[in-house]
Amino acid sequence: MRTKILKILANDSRISLDQIAIMLGTSLEEVKRIVKELEEEKIILKYTTVINWEKAGIESTKAIIHVKVTPQREVGFDAVAERIYRFPEVQSVTLMSGDDDLSVTIEGKSMKEVAMFVAKKLATLENVQSTKTHFVLKRYKVAGTIFDETEEDRRQMISL
Amino acid sequence: MSMVIEQFMPEKFISPTLKTIPPSGIRKFFDLVSQTKDVISLGIGEPDFVSPWHAREACVYSLEKGYTMYTSNLGLPELRTAIAKYLAERFGLEYDPKDEIIVTVGASEAVDMAFRTVISQGDEVLIPEPCYVSYNPCAILAGGVPISLETNQETGFKVTPEMLEKSITPKTKAVVLSYPNNPTGAILNREELEDLARVIIKHNLLVISDEIYGELTYEGNHLSIASLPGMQERTILISGVSKAFAMTGWRIGYVAAHRDFIAGMVKVHQYTLLCAPVMGQKAALEAFSSCYGEVLNMVEEYDQRRRIITKRLNDMGLDCFEPKGAFYVFPSIQNTGLSSEEFASRLLQESKVAVVPGNAFGSCGEGFIRCSYAASLKQINEAMNRMECFVAKRL
Repeated sequence: MRTKILKILANDSRISLDQIAIMLGTSLEEVKRIVKELEEEKIILKYTTVINWEKAGIESTKAIIHVKVTPQREVGFDAVAERIYRFPEVQSVTLMSGDDDLSVTIEGKSMKEVAMFVAKKLATLENVQSTKTHFVLKRYKVAGTIFDETEEDRRQMISL
Repeated sequence: MSMVIEQFMPEKFISPTLKTIPPSGIRKFFDLVSQTKDVISLGIGEPDFVSPWHAREACVYSLEKGYTMYTSNLGLPELRTAIAKYLAERFGLEYDPKDEIIVTVGASEAVDMAFRTVISQGDEVLIPEPCYVSYNPCAILAGGVPISLETNQETGFKVTPEMLEKSITPKTKAVVLSYPNNPTGAILNREELEDLARVIIKHNLLVISDEIYGELTYEGNHLSIASLPGMQERTILISGVSKAFAMTGWRIGYVAAHRDFIAGMVKVHQYTLLCAPVMGQKAALEAFSSCYGEVLNMVEEYDQRRRIITKRLNDMGLDCFEPKGAFYVFPSIQNTGLSSEEFASRLLQESKVAVVPGNAFGSCGEGFIRCSYAASLKQINEAMNRMECFVAKRL
């Protein structure tokens, strides 16, 4: 039941708990209780929206930075990851397998601003060995949602 | 001496058998729907999902690789193997892909072929109604005599052993079972199937089992009548990828049956259609091998919509039988005082919601309408809001 509720909310965070209860064939009280639990356990962190900012006319520059770091005794990558993710410019930090260690997404007003942040704040951090900056040119699909969906309902209006 | 040349009248050349088959009863309604703007249609008998990308991509790749030829009459061997594996894993059925499975042009062709393979002039075919519209015409075209068995809401739109017994004559050859059912959403449980099987075996009848909606079963796993003791040999099992995998336009269905039936069907198939289109077969193969996860996601979503729409219909005062399969609800509209067709056309004109009048599925469907929940939750909710106002004025 928890997974089912999470899946529904992940797809539409504005859906009412009442609807969820009907959809899953359970009581409203049960859904309320589970959602409260999920919030308290910080499994549900936030109810958010997928937005195509570009279309809204709000320009920003995003970059994905691959960061190679020296892991530290006892804390591994966690300490340096924290030093990075505390910066408000940083949107996400992910530990990855492969040649580099952390994938960091950064958002700024301009390419220059992002580049300066990387040069001044990221690259200079202790334990950061190298950074590779990849500027985002176009976003096609975010959080499972295709931005310019061209597939529409092409079915006939009635069929048996 | 002058010869009188008779005027050419195409009408005179049309087969009398075909003339006994009425045209689809909803043609006029269909035109009306197409001409109306901003309609939310709950009248569509196919998934609202687009076919899984894996299957679409596999088809594109196969075209690039030059798969544009005929296949074996039975269908691509690897696809038949995939179907056999699927039937074994999902429904515990054992069929030899070599000669017990044939790939067809949709389950529709399979229905036609099944009748043409086993029906001879005057054979009676028992068809529980309400049901999908093609069984009656296909039985007639094959020379058979369709016998309608009218089910009702009180017995959950299920055909019973008593109904069979009452209608069986020395001429009865086959029984059509289509569960999960279009339009009612009824399914049959093990006990009910066993009861039917006893009568079918006792009278040495054949079953044509259309299980195209099998995967869309919301309570437990779909049970095929072919899996019951003694039933596999006397069941022509029909299914396909249309509903389960949201692949209607590809026209890929299949039949699994005793090799003697398949041998008969392949004759019909090879002289009429030759084989199902190879690109569809390639896509279906990919669907069986990598899209089952998507089937489960779709089933989960249908199930959630099913609960919403059933509750909304009941709440607005339409007595609505709880569907257990397919993607249809079949509420009674009798208390509105309107006939099925009146209800459907007025609802369309006043509220711009399209549903299918129940009598399209047999005369016992009168007093009901079919609403499909192969529509987004948003559309369903909006359609229900509109319908609620429409119904409130009439109760």
